[in-house]
Amino acid sequence: MTSKRMTFGQATLDAMEFAMLEDQNVIAIGEDISWGGNFGQFRGLVEKFGSTRIIDMPISEALIVSAALGAAVTGLKVVASMSFVEFTLGAMDEIVNQASKFRYMFGGQVSVPIVIRASDGIRGSSGPQHSSSLENLFCHIPGLKVVAPSNANDAKGLLRTAIRDPDPVIYLEHKRITGVRSDVEDGDFSIPLGVARIARQGSSVSVITYSDMVNNALAAAQELEKYDIDVEVIDLRSLVPLDYACIEESALRTRNVVVAHESWKFCGFGSEIVAHLAEKFGGNLNIRLARVGAKSAPIPFSPILESQVVPGVAELVQSIGKILGIELPTIRGV
Amino acid sequence: MTQLAIPLEDIGREYALAHLRMMVKIRAFETRVGVLFLDGQLPGFIHSCAGQEAIAVGVCSSLLLTDFVTSTHRGHGHSIAKGISLNSIFAELFGKVTGACRGRGGSMHVADFSIGMLGANGIVGGGYGIAVGAALSCKYRKTSDVVVCFFGDGALNKGTFHESLNFAGLHKLPVIFVCENNGYAQFTDMRRTTANENIASRAETYGMHGDTLDGNDLLEVIGAMRIAIVRARSGLGPTLLDMKSYRFSGHYVGDAEVYRSKSEVDLMKQKDPIERFKVKLFDSGWLDLATFDALQSQVDHEIGLAEEFARDSEFPLPSDALRDVFSEDILHDI
Repeated sequence: MTSKRMTFGQATLDAMEFAMLEDQNVIAIGEDISWGGNFGQFRGLVEKFGSTRIIDMPISEALIVSAALGAAVTGLKVVASMSFVEFTLGAMDEIVNQASKFRYMFGGQVSVPIVIRASDGIRGSSGPQHSSSLENLFCHIPGLKVVAPSNANDAKGLLRTAIRDPDPVIYLEHKRITGVRSDVEDGDFSIPLGVARIARQGSSVSVITYSDMVNNALAAAQELEKYDIDVEVIDLRSLVPLDYACIEESALRTRNVVVAHESWKFCGFGSEIVAHLAEKFGGNLNIRLARVGAKSAPIPFSPILESQVVPGVAELVQSIGKILGIELPTIRGV
Repeated sequence: MTQLAIPLEDIGREYALAHLRMMVKIRAFETRVGVLFLDGQLPGFIHSCAGQEAIAVGVCSSLLLTDFVTSTHRGHGHSIAKGISLNSIFAELFGKVTGACRGRGGSMHVADFSIGMLGANGIVGGGYGIAVGAALSCKYRKTSDVVVCFFGDGALNKGTFHESLNFAGLHKLPVIFVCENNGYAQFTDMRRTTANENIASRAETYGMHGDTLDGNDLLEVIGAMRIAIVRARSGLGPTLLDMKSYRFSGHYVGDAEVYRSKSEVDLMKQKDPIERFKVKLFDSGWLDLATFDALQSQVDHEIGLAEEFARDSEFPLPSDALRDVFSEDILHDI
């Protein structure tokens, strides 16, 4: 199998192209997409597929999602670009009350093949309204699938699947890795939703994570090799559907689980996984559980404040040390 | 205003009687449903469209089966006029498995995609963007289908109105925005909430044509729709139609109606769209009392059969509650 190094953003472009070549009914709508979008994730598509398929939208978030829905239930498959994930909040009624409920409340009459693409996470001083990770809001809603890739190859394979999927998929692309290069398989391929990836095998502790936090976890694992701590990193890739089997298997093997994400720890996705493991195994098996997530504040602008709120490698290392009962020196954040 | 009305002779006797019959059918349905609801036999709540039948019937009779409509919480008339089977809508209101949505939607969420009925909607202003997306899809797929977006005057001041009409006007989409203007947003008189009562004048802002008409005059509704449909099908863009009407019942069946006087209601009931059309038919000699009585009793019989079907139908299986959340079974493992 041959591969090429490309950025996360370029990898999603690859997936878009294969999807649009395969199916004439795939269109994309969103702000600025004929100019390439905020992070170049749509660059060149309008030249290849024309402005009837790559449609620039006004800054009208509610319309972007509801128009995607209306088009999807009348025969199209729509990729709706929302730019920053905070902008989906202007379309929350359309996402939560309409798109997620259409199949169910209309008795299974109709599929809703839309992909809502949104950039999330911190990138360095993007400020309180352009730095959030809001996956929990979407995971909470029945009827939405939620995908959060950590690298370019997964970005391509998961987007390919998301566009083919008959249900609404929230596709979260972390801003800090949109421009990061890694190896991407050539040609057309897809990665199923709901199948986690063991990003690094280990035996001491399982770090269960997704999106850019996977990269922090891998860095932490490397750091901890110095102390003979063998960290397993599970990259969930999709949060809904969720690969429970992979999580449980890893947890039972290492008996130490740290769930980590950039979004707020309080009522965060990590709480769901920890609660699941506690309910399923807590009474009978000795599994230690911990969560790493942002502190409960909006994400501030000033770099020194931002790093106070959002966890990075240092916090992961500390959390792993604590769960294993090993005193570790504080390391500088990456 | 009156120049929009077409002469009765234009539609011929048979077609005219079919219109009358449809209006009478909707009135009889709403009347019976109201009785059943007040008697505690129907769950949930009911928003009756009695008094507004000329709009549903005149608009939908102008459409083809392949055309689309988005509807509202007051949507029984739209569904029936677009061609849903009475069995299917009646059973839905009873929460039966034979209902249009297998009992999962109820009165406010009746949909039948096989006849282009893209759903009643419990969210005021929820249909605009869906209609625009469907129209975008019609244009993209190069069909000659058109979309009607029904909404009430209560939805006039939603942000989605602006977002959707702007885009529809910009792209000259084949969509007709039909305001069923009954003068009340739930309990509040439109004059207390809306800066500019000339709703049709808003059309100019969005580069589309707007008209105000008497929504209780069936021939005016049909006349306005004829023009709007030609405009939409020939790519000349959308139309905004402000159809003045009045709802005979409160916001919901059982509403104490403290916000409007009985004398106002009595006065407005004298403009009953069905009675007015009947007078025209009597005057033209196309209808006599015996023919009307026969028509009424046929309709009552039909409604009775549908009610019987609904009563005799099964409730959904309890396990149906978790069906169709997604296209596949994704149950959270907790």
